[in-house]
Amino acid sequence: MQSAVLFKNVSRHYGEVRAVHAVDLEVRAGEFFAMLGPSGSGKTTSLRLIAGFEQPTSGHIEIFGETAEGVPPYRRNVNTVFQDYALFPHMSVRDNVAYGLMIAGMGRKARYAKAEEALELVRLPGYGDRAPAALSGGQRQRVALARALVNEPKVLLLDEPLGALDLKLREQMQEELKSLQKSLGITFIFVTHDQGEALSMADRVAVFDHGKIQQVGTPQDIYQRPDTPFVADFVGSSNVLPADMVLELTGHHAAASLRPEAIRIGAEEKHAATVAGASYIGAVTRVSLNFRQMQLSALVPAGVAVPETGETVSIGWDREALHLMERGS
Amino acid sequence: MPSDRSSKAPMGLKIAAAGGLAFLHLPILLIFVYAFTTEEKSYRWPPPGLTLKWFAVTWNRPDVWEALYLSLQVAAVSTLIAILLGSLCAAAVAKSRFFGREVVSLMVILPIALPGIITGIALRSAFHLADIPYSMWTIILGHATFCVVVVYNNAVARFRRTSSSLIEASMDLGANGFQTLRHVILPNIGTALLAGGMLAFALSFDEVIVTTFTAGQEATLPIWMLEELVRPRQRPVTNVVAVVVVLVTFLPILGAYYLTRDGDKTAGHGK
Repeated sequence: MQSAVLFKNVSRHYGEVRAVHAVDLEVRAGEFFAMLGPSGSGKTTSLRLIAGFEQPTSGHIEIFGETAEGVPPYRRNVNTVFQDYALFPHMSVRDNVAYGLMIAGMGRKARYAKAEEALELVRLPGYGDRAPAALSGGQRQRVALARALVNEPKVLLLDEPLGALDLKLREQMQEELKSLQKSLGITFIFVTHDQGEALSMADRVAVFDHGKIQQVGTPQDIYQRPDTPFVADFVGSSNVLPADMVLELTGHHAAASLRPEAIRIGAEEKHAATVAGASYIGAVTRVSLNFRQMQLSALVPAGVAVPETGETVSIGWDREALHLMERGS
Repeated sequence: MPSDRSSKAPMGLKIAAAGGLAFLHLPILLIFVYAFTTEEKSYRWPPPGLTLKWFAVTWNRPDVWEALYLSLQVAAVSTLIAILLGSLCAAAVAKSRFFGREVVSLMVILPIALPGIITGIALRSAFHLADIPYSMWTIILGHATFCVVVVYNNAVARFRRTSSSLIEASMDLGANGFQTLRHVILPNIGTALLAGGMLAFALSFDEVIVTTFTAGQEATLPIWMLEELVRPRQRPVTNVVAVVVVLVTFLPILGAYYLTRDGDKTAGHGK
């Protein structure tokens, strides 16, 4: 499969700060790719390198096989949906959406027709005459999406596009973006700090930390088989067992991740732990356990009896649930 | 009732406010009234009679026309210089980071904080040292020092309120630097520049102190008026000119007020 975006040993340094450092990355054509990480991890800088707002300090970037070095943003077949949407406040919604076409020299009638099509695509037909200031946050987001998509980019970049929306709207937009991407077949690259969003939407996820990629893989890979303690902790708050403890438990000297839902509490289990606390979070109850020198977090499904705080319980897990992380231990 | 008290001001406050406003504006009204008086040597109250003849006299005085023409020229040219330098400077300070940015910002604003007399003396000695003959151009340079500040202040505030991602969005959608300037930046800061320019024009048009130090034989309109006041010849002519000056400076200031009134919202912010 052709690669849409290729990073070869790309770095972007600001003086001493290594915003992005020695990153190798391949985004395949037509996939929904998420860049996930905490703030300051380099995910947004990577996105801006693809858009052309930043130039790499060193390394090489290709977009659909063509070198991107020295190519300004306005000559890249890449469009961005900005975090603050960046709609032009002095233009109507229609002129906003048609802006790229106007710059490309398309006549008024043709570009307005295409703008209306794009507005229909994002389910805002007939909103062309309004001013951006008269729209709600969710509507502005759709206009920003239409404005980017109307140019038929090869790659669509989305910079935390759902961050400003409330939970219900966000979930709705997640599904819409996903089905839009499937029907258009455009490569979507999506920056987010929300691991749930990344896991539910993306075909593949790159987890960033401190300017480096920790792991690239499918949501299942990232969630069930984290490569590093950081990934285990950041994606779905897994328990990370230190190497010494894993040596005692298994004979292997490596840190290991243990998913909270993989821990069973029951009389027949072989490890002793004390209950440090429990919090009810809906479908499950999160139980904190003091196990040897560390605190473990376990999930107890609704309907199963939750042990009292201070009680000593037996815990256990399947052998394969303990995922060894050779890297970073 | 408490609700009445919160919505209506007490009588004492109303009188004080009316008194304050009267104190501010009655002297200006007097200037207007004396433009119509029949008596030309001293200002007597009440005016012995009213006449329109001073308007005709003023119309026929070549020195008034000369001064007016010079003032308009100076104000127009210094406003142009101010718009050019002020907006460029504002763009640099608001949109990029460089060593000494805050210093530059302060240095640009300083001329308006300094008393005009300091600016005037400094410029005069600088012109003298550099052997620049006093002319209309030295007046323009003097006025430009404070006109730049006005445009800069207006433009920098608008630049700061304009989300920088607007420029990136324009570039992202295929527009090069010039197209972005034309379609996005200028429409967004245009009213701020116009407002700044109008204020600068008004400031320059009635400036006295800096002009006194930077002018040679030329007299701008305010300088002409100052000279006229000590001469008891056709005194109401000065008042007629004053009426014109008030109108010429008041209209742009009013315009600037209306142009910037709606600019409180941050341009281009989705949230």
